[in-house]
Amino acid sequence: MDLKEKLLSSFMAFEERIDVNTDLHNVRTEALKNFENKGFPTKKDEAWKYTSLNAVLKNDFSVFPKQDNAINYPDVKKFFLHQIDTYKLVFIDGIFSSFLSSTTHDGIDVCLMSSALTKPKYKEIIDTYFNKITNLDDSLTSLNTAFANEGAFINIPKGKVADKPIEIMYLSTGNEAALMVQPRNLIIVGENAQVQIIERHQSLNSNPVLTNSVTEIFAQERSITDYYKIQNDVQTANLVDNTYIAQKGHSNASVHTFSFGGNITRNNLNFYHQGERIDSTLKGITIIGDKQHVDHYTLVRHATPNCESHQNYKSIFDGSSTGVFNGKIYVEKEAQKTDAFQQNNNILISEKATINAKPQLEIFADDVKCSHGCTVGQLDESAMFYMQSRGIPKKEAKALLMYAFSNEVIESIRIPELKDRITKLIASKLGVNIGFDL
Amino acid sequence: MLSIKNLHARVEDKDILRGINLEVKAGEVHAIMGPNGSGKSTLSSVIAGNENYEVTEGNIYLEGEDISEFAPEERAHKGVFLSFQYPVEIPGVSVTNFMKTAINESRKANGLEEMPANEMLKMIREKSELLEIDRKFLSRSLNEGFSGGEKKRNEIFQMAMLEPKLAILDETDSGLDIDALRIVANGVNKLRSEDNAVIVITHYQRLLDYIVPDFVHVLYNGKIVKSGGKELAYELEEKGYDWIKSEN
Repeated sequence: MDLKEKLLSSFMAFEERIDVNTDLHNVRTEALKNFENKGFPTKKDEAWKYTSLNAVLKNDFSVFPKQDNAINYPDVKKFFLHQIDTYKLVFIDGIFSSFLSSTTHDGIDVCLMSSALTKPKYKEIIDTYFNKITNLDDSLTSLNTAFANEGAFINIPKGKVADKPIEIMYLSTGNEAALMVQPRNLIIVGENAQVQIIERHQSLNSNPVLTNSVTEIFAQERSITDYYKIQNDVQTANLVDNTYIAQKGHSNASVHTFSFGGNITRNNLNFYHQGERIDSTLKGITIIGDKQHVDHYTLVRHATPNCESHQNYKSIFDGSSTGVFNGKIYVEKEAQKTDAFQQNNNILISEKATINAKPQLEIFADDVKCSHGCTVGQLDESAMFYMQSRGIPKKEAKALLMYAFSNEVIESIRIPELKDRITKLIASKLGVNIGFDL
Repeated sequence: MLSIKNLHARVEDKDILRGINLEVKAGEVHAIMGPNGSGKSTLSSVIAGNENYEVTEGNIYLEGEDISEFAPEERAHKGVFLSFQYPVEIPGVSVTNFMKTAINESRKANGLEEMPANEMLKMIREKSELLEIDRKFLSRSLNEGFSGGEKKRNEIFQMAMLEPKLAILDETDSGLDIDALRIVANGVNKLRSEDNAVIVITHYQRLLDYIVPDFVHVLYNGKIVKSGGKELAYELEEKGYDWIKSEN
């Protein structure tokens, strides 16, 4: 039985565990129908031309993990931003771990999707927001929606500022031979509210994992949302991340994606503008090697006047790694005075590495400022010689240059401890220990 | 200190150095002058170990050791320093952190412990004062957005920090106004001693008013075609390079 059939047949088993007499259930069954019609994306789909899930889908994934997987905090501490106090939503093999988590309902809600989906007090919020900005055509998003049950639920009410960052951590124990998980996150950042969120997916051994994650973020008027994704998983972990962000007027939302590991990583990042004076930031650093594959598929849909978007993706490819950058900026006719910027710089260190870069601008307004730039190159030899001539060995010089290359993105991380963590991750990824903390 | 014997080098398929012989003793300052395209910058790059140039014949000795096959960083660890004509910008790495890395890598290569932080800071303070460098400047990204003069001053600051045995200044005077030139030259002069040597590569005689050479060599077509004392620089200034070209 292939994975698609397995998923379709397990939906009935899933229905036995949930309340089927709800509006939500209609949403789920509709979504399942779409997945059934479309199936998993293949290379024939334009959007998946350069990323193939075929090999991954051949694994015999368990779709319902066991309930009793426990992990001790000291074993996973290093994956958390442990230098500072944070709210934590931790899931082990897709199941919430109250033991490792630190939730709150004190002024803000940092809790579970499963309780938000079932408790009457959240019904209005769920009815208003759940599955309201996803792409209903997208088969993987539909698949997630069909099985949507667990994940992070974060609600920052009007005027509230989350007093510490929130970490969303999805851990896989590897207790299953192969595991598919489908986390579903819903984040509402109210008017004038602020929040910083860090999301990470981490496998603890080398059994294959396929994560098909969907995150919806609603950034209301004048809110500030900073979202950081750390993707430094093991070689057998695969991630399809579908993130949808709807922004209201004067809001500021940023997503930073740090892709340093994993087998196949696909980031579908979508921004939708629903008001004026919106500021959107999409940044990423990708440093991969071996046979790793990272695909950034971004969309910024400018639908309203006087908004800005800034995209900056830096990638370094070693070994036989492959990368894709497909960045689409869509400027609707009404979106006059749009200021949209997109930059994608790539360095290929090895002759076997590949990048497919495709910036796409579709502009229907006539008074806009849109620019994009895309480069593919090697490390600057004159800079290498300069550093070596000062006594810095080749390997360290290379690392410094790569650090310098990604610095523009590192600089805009607004949590100092995270910035420190990311620079250290980069240093370890580059295999150096130089005289100061990278 | 430095002994170059019959050095030939090429880049791609073009022969640039065609048999250089040069002896530089400790305590000496040598100036290498010559028209554009004569091979001055190639010579400095080859001494420093730039791998874009292929040495086809000859050897370079530093204190008796053949360094012809050494990587650039190994030469640096042995005390070779090249002040670049066009210093490279490294965003995200501050001048201070770059120097800490460079110094400690050299110390590591020479079997020394890392320099203690307070000693490093003291040295940075002293050397930056010598070059009249503002402290704020040191926390800026290396060479990024620096003016031409700031870049050159920063090169000499690095030289002061690394305390090389052999310093090669490649067109350090280009792009400098007269005040910056004075500061840079003053820095170099203060760093001169009986134990180190300086090679000044320049197109014009102007810098040599400030850094007075013991010897002047004229490079033309990849060879040293004339050598003399500091008066040779004045002669060149007066007669121009056509004089050399017509003789060769």
